[in-house]
Amino acid sequence: MPLRRRHLLLSALPAVLPAVLPAHAQTPRRTLVQAMAIDDMISLDPAENFEITGSELIGNLYERLVQFDLDDPSRLSGQLAERWTVSADGRGYDFRLREGLRFASGNPLTAAEVVYSLQRAVRLNKTPAFILTQLGWSAANVAQRVRQTGPLTLSLSVREAFAPSFVLNCLSSTVASIVDQRALQARPEGWLRRNSAGSAPWVLRDWRAAEIVVLDRNEAYYGAKPRIERAIYSHVKESSMQRLMLVRGDVDVARNLSPQDITALAANPQIKLTRIAKGTVYYISLNQKNAYLARPEVREAFKWLVDYEALGTTLIQGIGRPHQNFLPHGLLGASDAAPYRLDVARAKALLAKAGLPEGFQVTMDVRSSQPVQGIAEAVQQWAGRAGIRIEILPGDGKQTLTRYRARKHDLYIGEWGADYWDPHTNADTFARNPDNSDGAAQQPLAWRNAWAIPQLTRETDAALLERDTARRAADYERLQAQFREQSPFVMIYQQQQVAAARAGVEGLRLGPTSDTTFLAPVSKR
Amino acid sequence: MMRKFAGLVASLLLTVIGLLAVTFLIGRVVPTDPALSVAGDRATAAQLAAVREDLGLNRPLYVQFGRYVAAVAQGDLGASLLTGNAVTSDIARVFPATLELATVGIVFGAAIGIPLGVWAAVRRGRLADQLVRLMGLVGYSAPIFWLGLMALALFYARLGWVGGPGRINVGFLYSVEARSGLMLLDCLLAGDWEALRSAASHLVLPGALLGYFSLAYISRMTRSFMLKELSAEYVVAARAKGLSEARIVWRHALRNAAVPLLTVVALSYAGLLEGSVLTETVFSWPGLGQYITNALQSADMNAVLGGTLVVGAVFIGINLLSDLLYRWLDPRTR
Repeated sequence: MPLRRRHLLLSALPAVLPAVLPAHAQTPRRTLVQAMAIDDMISLDPAENFEITGSELIGNLYERLVQFDLDDPSRLSGQLAERWTVSADGRGYDFRLREGLRFASGNPLTAAEVVYSLQRAVRLNKTPAFILTQLGWSAANVAQRVRQTGPLTLSLSVREAFAPSFVLNCLSSTVASIVDQRALQARPEGWLRRNSAGSAPWVLRDWRAAEIVVLDRNEAYYGAKPRIERAIYSHVKESSMQRLMLVRGDVDVARNLSPQDITALAANPQIKLTRIAKGTVYYISLNQKNAYLARPEVREAFKWLVDYEALGTTLIQGIGRPHQNFLPHGLLGASDAAPYRLDVARAKALLAKAGLPEGFQVTMDVRSSQPVQGIAEAVQQWAGRAGIRIEILPGDGKQTLTRYRARKHDLYIGEWGADYWDPHTNADTFARNPDNSDGAAQQPLAWRNAWAIPQLTRETDAALLERDTARRAADYERLQAQFREQSPFVMIYQQQQVAAARAGVEGLRLGPTSDTTFLAPVSKR
Repeated sequence: MMRKFAGLVASLLLTVIGLLAVTFLIGRVVPTDPALSVAGDRATAAQLAAVREDLGLNRPLYVQFGRYVAAVAQGDLGASLLTGNAVTSDIARVFPATLELATVGIVFGAAIGIPLGVWAAVRRGRLADQLVRLMGLVGYSAPIFWLGLMALALFYARLGWVGGPGRINVGFLYSVEARSGLMLLDCLLAGDWEALRSAASHLVLPGALLGYFSLAYISRMTRSFMLKELSAEYVVAARAKGLSEARIVWRHALRNAAVPLLTVVALSYAGLLEGSVLTETVFSWPGLGQYITNALQSADMNAVLGGTLVVGAVFIGINLLSDLLYRWLDPRTR
């Protein structure tokens, strides 16, 4: 190339380069941008949704009769309900709504819409419907049990004299969200899966699966409006990418960070970390269909073969804390008891007592994701020291779950998040198994591990009917004490969620459940 | 001519049906319950049974497959379990993202890979050849996931030269109307230069990264084809006639090497159009690769089959096109 032409090209470079350089990384001033893995979303219909991201969105798009206090989750307050009374026999609930409520569409929100929404969720009978049908409501009787008694009043009747906190907690879940009946009438079936018709401070503008979700401020909101105009959830799966985007200022908040990235961001003065103990617990379960694992001594031995402390300071640092009970912190009756620690000698003695001094071989179904995979490998090492040879069977989440639900596993590492903010949600699955036969209609976690527990099931049912809150809490503590000793579940840790936000973001607060991370109080400097 | 055309159509149809049959069967034998994706972990046995009935999973496999093929023949790829949309509309949304990325990748790969391959062949055994070989080796062996992260950490996070993950800054989310789905083209059509700059800055790194992996393959193949041509008798004759070395290499040898090279470039392009899952994941690029992978993980078989059909069609289409170009470039094959 002649020298002059080369010079000409080189001198043009500074003029060309800025054209391809990115604009200064900054999110729009009145828009909150969050980097988050949102590919779990399937439906935004409150009667159908049971995914984490969907629940968070529904919590921001819809309102419910009651809600729990984020500062003290054991306390309930009215959201749409102004007040309520419980009948003397404990089976009737009368609600009165606040005046002047309306949906984002401008349609008024009255008792008719509340009754319609609750009846609709029961009649559709999708996955989350059990939260309402356990109150004794069915497609056949819900018209009688959920009735409008006036423009702003309604009456609910439940099957038994349940603890009022249980009934109200069920009504605070996403499936009990109130939808705009009139808006739905003109829409095709299934419209609500991808649109919103709620009364909360936000409306859904756009959802592109595994790409982006955009919420706009509900300008017709009857209460205090959000200070930002738009909230965007941008799908970024990788933790390291979320971190880079946050540091560069391309997003305001990063929601799925690994322990390493959390540690790195903690030292950055431009970033604030927000933490909350979530209602999700992680466990290892032992299928009682396996003759080795069914021996009580083996069940106990496994609980002595986990180094809970080491897990807390390594694999789950920043994203969880060791926890040996089925009720997560924050729920009524939660316990801090932690009797187990790594004690290989004790585990060996138990195995010898079980007639297995040389140990045995089992398989463990493990999702190929962290920290589950790391925990599985650690447990494999610890159990190996006692002679238990664990073969890890890796698979994706749906594969391992399919085997687990079919009771085809030996060992399984699982997680369980509270479906609603009441202790029964976890007691119902860990400590209740009304029918252990293969074709059982109800298949809680105790069933999945073939753990037959008629007595514990009765005690769990009794706790549900205890109307005195203090005595109810004591009931759950007792249930957990028995569970810790006898169950085929090795409870490992409670999840801690961490969000990292840029320093200019204020008012961001994570909720203990996925539907209680509210965006309305968030603002940006 | 008509017989030839009919034979071609028949072989295409057979290929597509075979592709669908294999994908369909694999989808049905994987140990994942598709109903779980719809109903979720908390579903009761009765609810799961209802979902299976809704999805037609209780029918015999041949009935399920027959119904699927009949629907496909009418242009209906079914609905995705995960997104709730028609698979055709999902693919219409994600494929342009992959098309844009792959096109930038192949242009980059071919525009640099071919000259590098020629250079390496001309300088066979010398330092230049070793350098090109080393570059190819890194391209073959470095994990794209790692390389993508490193490139982002350097060019995006540290130097700020390029845009980060995603196709465009969120500030331009609704300022450009999606007409073609190709972000650069849509920005051009909208006359929004700031948006164009943002889209280009987001595309350059993943495009270059994909291009680098194509480049490694294309440069190696170019070198090999060129070595063969440079040792041919017509090159000796050209030299004897006193033609310049540049003319011999670029006008004569490369022209003959271009014929097989076309197939290499076409296959590389088709490979990129499948959607590079890892690149799309690292760069949060909402393309076909990520769509099919998500669908596979959730046993969303309509989406998997639809995506596979598109990939198959792309391969067939590109092969056909390269055959035609082959004939055009080389009269002996007509």
